[in-house]
Order: sequence, then C-alpha cells, then structure tokens
Amino acid sequence: MSKKYYPAAVKQPIKQLQMIDITKQFPGVLANDHVNLEVRAGEILALLGENGAGKSTLMKQLYGLYQPDSGRILINGKECHFSSPTDVIHAGIGMIHQHFMLVSNLTVRENVALGLKSSRQPFLDLNIVEKKMMEICDTYNLKLNPRAYIWQLSVGEQQRVEIVKTLYRGADLLILDEPTAVLTPQEVDEFFQILRKMAQEKHLIIFISHKLHEVLAISDRVTILRDGRSVGQRENKNLTKAELAQMMVGRPVVLQYERAAPSVGDVKLKIEDVWVRNDWGEDQVKGVSLEIRSGEILGLAGVSGNGQRELAEALAGLRKCSKGRIIIDSIEMTKASPYERILAGQSYIPEERNKEGIIREFDIMENFILEDHDKIPYSKHWILNFSNIAAATQKAVDDFSVKTPTLSTKVKNLSGGNVQKLILARELNRNPKILIAAQPTRGVDIGATEYIHRRLLKQRSEGTATLLISEDLDEIRALSDRIAVIFEGRIIGIVDGPTATAEKLGLMMAGVQEEEQK
Amino acid sequence: MLLKIRSFMQKTFDAILPIFATLLALIIGIFMLKSLGKNPLDAYQALFEGAFGSQRAIIQTVIKATPLLLVGIGVCIAFRGGVVNIGGEGQIIMGALASAAVALYLPIPSRLIMIPLCLLTAMAAGAVWGGIPGFLKARMGVNEILTTVMMNSIAVYFSNFLLRGPMIDPHEIEMGTRAAQTAQMPEYTWLTRLAPPTQLNTGTILAVILAFFAFVLLWRTTIGYRIRAVGFNSAASKYAGIKVPIYQAMAMILSGAFSGLAGGIELFGVQHRVLENISANYGFNGIVTALFGNLHPIGTIPAAVLFGGLMVGGNKMQRSVQVHSAFIDTLLGLVVLFVVAAKIFSTNRSKRRAKNE
Repeated sequence: MSKKYYPAAVKQPIKQLQMIDITKQFPGVLANDHVNLEVRAGEILALLGENGAGKSTLMKQLYGLYQPDSGRILINGKECHFSSPTDVIHAGIGMIHQHFMLVSNLTVRENVALGLKSSRQPFLDLNIVEKKMMEICDTYNLKLNPRAYIWQLSVGEQQRVEIVKTLYRGADLLILDEPTAVLTPQEVDEFFQILRKMAQEKHLIIFISHKLHEVLAISDRVTILRDGRSVGQRENKNLTKAELAQMMVGRPVVLQYERAAPSVGDVKLKIEDVWVRNDWGEDQVKGVSLEIRSGEILGLAGVSGNGQRELAEALAGLRKCSKGRIIIDSIEMTKASPYERILAGQSYIPEERNKEGIIREFDIMENFILEDHDKIPYSKHWILNFSNIAAATQKAVDDFSVKTPTLSTKVKNLSGGNVQKLILARELNRNPKILIAAQPTRGVDIGATEYIHRRLLKQRSEGTATLLISEDLDEIRALSDRIAVIFEGRIIGIVDGPTATAEKLGLMMAGVQEEEQK
Repeated sequence: MLLKIRSFMQKTFDAILPIFATLLALIIGIFMLKSLGKNPLDAYQALFEGAFGSQRAIIQTVIKATPLLLVGIGVCIAFRGGVVNIGGEGQIIMGALASAAVALYLPIPSRLIMIPLCLLTAMAAGAVWGGIPGFLKARMGVNEILTTVMMNSIAVYFSNFLLRGPMIDPHEIEMGTRAAQTAQMPEYTWLTRLAPPTQLNTGTILAVILAFFAFVLLWRTTIGYRIRAVGFNSAASKYAGIKVPIYQAMAMILSGAFSGLAGGIELFGVQHRVLENISANYGFNGIVTALFGNLHPIGTIPAAVLFGGLMVGGNKMQRSVQVHSAFIDTLLGLVVLFVVAAKIFSTNRSKRRAKNE
C-alpha cells in the first residue's frame, strides 16, 4: 500500500550528488560560472557565500526551478534532468525554504498530508499519516504535536514541521536555505542536533548560510561561492572564521574591532520603569529602566520575543507605553509622536526593514528623504527640490557604499545589505543624538555587516547614544560598552561589555540572574 | 544596456496593454453583433466615425472626455494614497447641486467673481462628499469602498428630492410639466464656448491644466510625496513621522474635489442646468479611465479621449445599426472587464519578475 502512495519506497536511495560545471546566465549577470559541488550520503555540506554570490540560483537549478545553460547534475553517477520540482521530489530531493510553506490554520498532520494522495480515497487518512509521521519524529528526535495548529507553533516548531513534511515525502537529500535566520540561539542548537541525526541516518544535507560560526559548527565540508564561482571546497578541519570570511568576501575581513575607551557624556535617553503591551494586550515589557549616555553603545541582548520589539517600538513612538516615562535630553517624551522624536534628534533602525524602514516601490532618493522631505534643502514651500535631493543622496550612497545602478533605482531591486546601508545612511545623515538600532545586521552579508559595525562605532565616537538591540551575541559583544540582558520583559542584569563572556550572557538570556550563577 | 532595453520594452508593453484589452473586447463584440444579425464592420465603422470620424465627432468626444479626465485624475490621487474612491457619481452630483445653488441664489452678475466662485464651490462640495468617507476611514477604519458607494445613493436621492422640490425650475411648475430640473443658470456663470455652436468650452482646457497640476502635486511636492508614501507603505510612513490617517483622508478629499469640479464643469460648460442623471456614469467610467491611464494623471488624458470616443461612438453605432442601448453598455462593460484584467495580469507579471530577480 505504502509503495503506491509514497514514491520514496520504490526509488533508489541517493548516495551521492554531483553538480559539475554548472553555468547559468541571466540578462546582465553571470549568476553561476562553472560551479562544482559534491555531497555524499551521511554528510553535511555547507554552501557559503554572500548575498548575490549565486547560492540560491545554484540550488534552484538543482530543484528544477531553473535549467542550467550548461553543466551536468549526477545522482549516484547517473546524469539527471529535472524540469520541475515534482521530478525532483520523486528523485528524493527536498528543499526547505527560508519562508515556510505551511497553511497556518491547518494542523500539523494536515499540513504533512497536504498535496499527497490519501490512501483511503475519497476519505482522508489522517490517522495513518499521523502514525507514519510520528515514526519519523521518533527516529529524528523531533518534538511535535501532530494535532496542533500551525499558528500555535513557534518558528522553530514550524521549521520542524517543514522537515517532517520533506522526510515524509521520502527525501534523501535536503536543501536548507538559510534555515537558522529565523531561529533563536537555543532553537539553533536543537536544530543542529536534528541535522546531525539526519546525517547519521545517511541523509545528504546541503546547508546554505552566510553565518561563519554556524558553518564551522555543523558542516563536514564547505563549498564557498563568490561572484558566481566556486572559490573553494574545504574539509571542515582546522578551518578558521577568518579564512572562510576571506574566501567569501575576497579580502581580509575584520571580525574584532579596535575600540577606544568610551568618552561618555550626559544621559541622552532615559527609560524609567516602562511597561508596554504587545498586539494581544498582554504586558510584554514589564518595567524596564535604562540610561544611555552620549558616546556609548548599550547592547540589549536577549532571545527574541522577550520584549525587545515592543520596547523598540515604544521608544520610536509607534507603540504606547502603559506605564513609565521616556526622557530624551531631559525632556519627557513618553507620549511624543514619531515625528517629534525625530525632531528631538532620535534615529531608529527598525527590525523589519522591508516593512517599516523603507518603501519598496519608491526609488533610492525618495527613500533617502523619507523623514526629512519637508525640510530645507530637500523642499521649500512644499515643493521638492530634486537637484538638492539627488546631490545629498549621491553623497550618502557614495559615503555608505550602497551598491546601486542609479539613484532612481527602486529599492525593491536592491539586496538586503544595500537596503540596510541605505537606511543607515538616512538615519545617520541626521547625525542623531540617539540611535535605536534593532537587529541592524540581521540577514545582511558579512561585508555589509562589517561596514555597518564600523559606522556604528564611528557614530559612537561622534557622541551618539546608541541602543543596540540584537540577538547576535557576537555582535553585541563586539560593539557594546555595556550589555543589558532582557528576559521576559525585564532587565535581568547589566554587565560590562568588554569583559562579558558568552557563557555568562547565555545564562542570563535564559533567565539566570548574575548572582545565581556564582 | 540589455537590462535598460528590457525594462523599456516592459514599460511600453504595460502602457499598450489596455489597448490590446480594448481590441479583445471589440473582437468579442464582433461575435455578439453577428449573433444579433448585425454587420460588425458597419457597426464598428459607425463607432469609429461617431468617435473620431469628423471634426464634430472629435469635438463631441472631447466634451465627453472632460468629466472623465477630471474624475480620472481624482481616482489617480486616491489610488496613489492607497484608498479607492468609487464615489465619483455622488461627488459629481453634489458638486453640480452646490454650485447651482450658488449660481442661482447669489445674484452677483460678474463673470470674474461668479465663475471661479461656482467652480470652487463645486470642488468644495465634492471634497466634502469624498471627505466624509475619507474621515470615516481615517478615524475609524471604515472601508471607503462601501461608504463611497453608499454616499452615491445618498447623493442621487438627495438630488431627486431637490430637483423635484426646493430647486425645481419655477417655469416647470407654471407650465405644469414638472420636469425634474433646475432653472437655467444665469448667463454670467456660463463657461466660454470655444467652438459655437458646439458645447466645447474652457472647462476642457482647465481639465488638461489640472492633469499637469495633479502630476506636479503627486511627484513634486511634499504633500504628494506623503500621499504616495502612505499609499505604498503605511507602516513605513508612520515610522517616518507621517500622519497616515490625515493623508489618507486628504487623498479622498482631493479626489472628491476633482469629481466635484467635473460636476461643475458639466453644469456651467455643457448643460447649463442641473438635470437628473447629470453624472451620466462619469463617476464610474472615470475609474476605468484612470486605470486605462496607468493611474497617472498625464496618462489619463489620452485614456479619457479614448473612453469619451467609445461613449460618443457607441451612440452613433446604436443609431446607425439599430442595436439596443444595452449592447453599448455591454461592450463598454467588456472593455472595462478586460482593462481591469489586463491591469491585474501586468501587476502579477511584474511581481513575478521581481521575484525571479
């Protein structure tokens, strides 16, 4: 019975996959230039490269979404031609996309069964599906409630559903497209255990990433792409971050920054016992008090969902405080509008940059003046002055090395890193007294990340008071003078930045007070 | 270079897509005419001649195009601000009624004062009629599509009441005919006729000037910038300190003002009295005109001429091949359907393109 409905049972297991001399040309771009890649059963291969290096294009060809212009794909030494994802799934290849393809108002088991033929046509065979699904879950130590609705699940759990779905369809080879981008540090650890278990069970895993420490932690081998070419294939032995970064970017990359001691001035932003509710009306920030002085970077570390977003939005004036006071430059601004805060010298880099930070359909110039369009020299008497706008934008684009064909390119055509540089250019162009930076380098490639970090440090030396909200502990530790850890809406402790260890911060992020650690 | 050519070709393709849609509708019309036993060639010849075949035909087309253009400009502004104004009909009617009241009951026999005053009144009335749904949307999040449609009904019945009661032409009562219309507007409020004896008037010139004005407003001023920002991404606009509800309401108010002005120009330029059905579906056809013009005020100019031509030519076709007026409506409806479908097709296509890049 199962043979009929699950093609996995009848096909040969994949032992080896090779992609040889793959070349793919798009108008104006050589996306893949004679790329080679090989992965064997029981192995985790990391595919490393910056945004736009050709990782996605390569994988889309493997997944049958694009046809290579030249080159061959071999499975177990035999050449294959895939014309659609259906062929690929039949061959035993599954892909887990960065954005999940789940129906949120169906249950887990319904999602697993979705699109497959029922063995009890015309009735659903959900109990059979559930049984088989739970077998898979047991094999790989995946904790899942088959009858929970997707919308009830955390992001990490949703990812597990995607994995089960793919395994259920009989995939031997799994392609994971930046799977950790949406996970918290704890979830990443669990996820890596699942991957190792899958490798033990003789699966082939291709792990697409641009996070160096994850690649080093999980992979057996690394293939590095740069500008569409494979620039290296390395066994993961004695590899260092610096080595990988250099291959990826094509030049040495600094991962530790030289920092002068902070020259701290007056308190610029004072947060007093602030309480903020989330979208469901529950208290999410529960009495946070912080002081940020000019010339310092205060890092706010924490696992996502512990109130960082609500706090940032309250500081930006996008969300009401239910209690407490926010004081900018010794003037109370708890109820001030976003506009008034901008006038008071506060800049804000929002977490959801595509949704809140920019207008995708506007061009670069129009996005650059988003907050200042009503000010001289950009406009006078309601009339926009495009020559002044173009001049200022050009200077900022050069200054922040935003890569774009023209100033009138729509922002939706820029890469994530360039969008973030543009936002940074806009927010720092005002030379703010206060900067709220929420996840400033999430989803940004390493070259741009380094650049953004340098600009934040430069701004620090110019006297800006910065609140850096990040889930990336490396980032927090590299930049912060002091680190506050937030847990369940409360500040659980504030530690000195340069001396804080990852272990100590990790425990605090899990809710263990500093004193209890001793 | 290659990319530039490609993007240029894509833009051209998007621009001529409505024309293809129109042709497709006309092709389907051939089958409909055949099944009615009419000669499609004769019918379409009449359609074309009626619309563009003679100087007189062209003038008629331009007269019809004027209110379409004004409503269309308003629809462009609303769409750019992320709100949909289906209330053109009501705004036209209210614009006409309010300015008629000023013209009839305010005896200042000076063209210099009265013409601007009347037209401004028309705009103000339209602005109020569009502003109410705008305000409801901004303050309480009420769906503006529903409210503008309901505001249309209110305007129609209010106009029926006024034209049969308080504002009815006194002559009609004396004669006992009681036709539902106002008295003729005083001559000093009439817009100058450009080519007597036709009804072509200075209102057309004003409409074209306003199309350019709307373009400048949307793309060259801070107000237009904010309207477009709010329309594209209200979350980012809020983050940037723009008061989103105000600019949503403003888009509706401006949109209503343009429709109201369409009513005023139809009144003082063409009809010279408020009749029942003065809006003549301009409020709805103006939406299609704007879509036809890619929601760009300048693009709406040729779109209005094309649509005005279809309306005028349709009448001629109806007379010359003796088809029922319902056929003309069907044909126009088909054009609307295909234009909207083509619009959706092209947006989806550009989304797909964006995804693939």
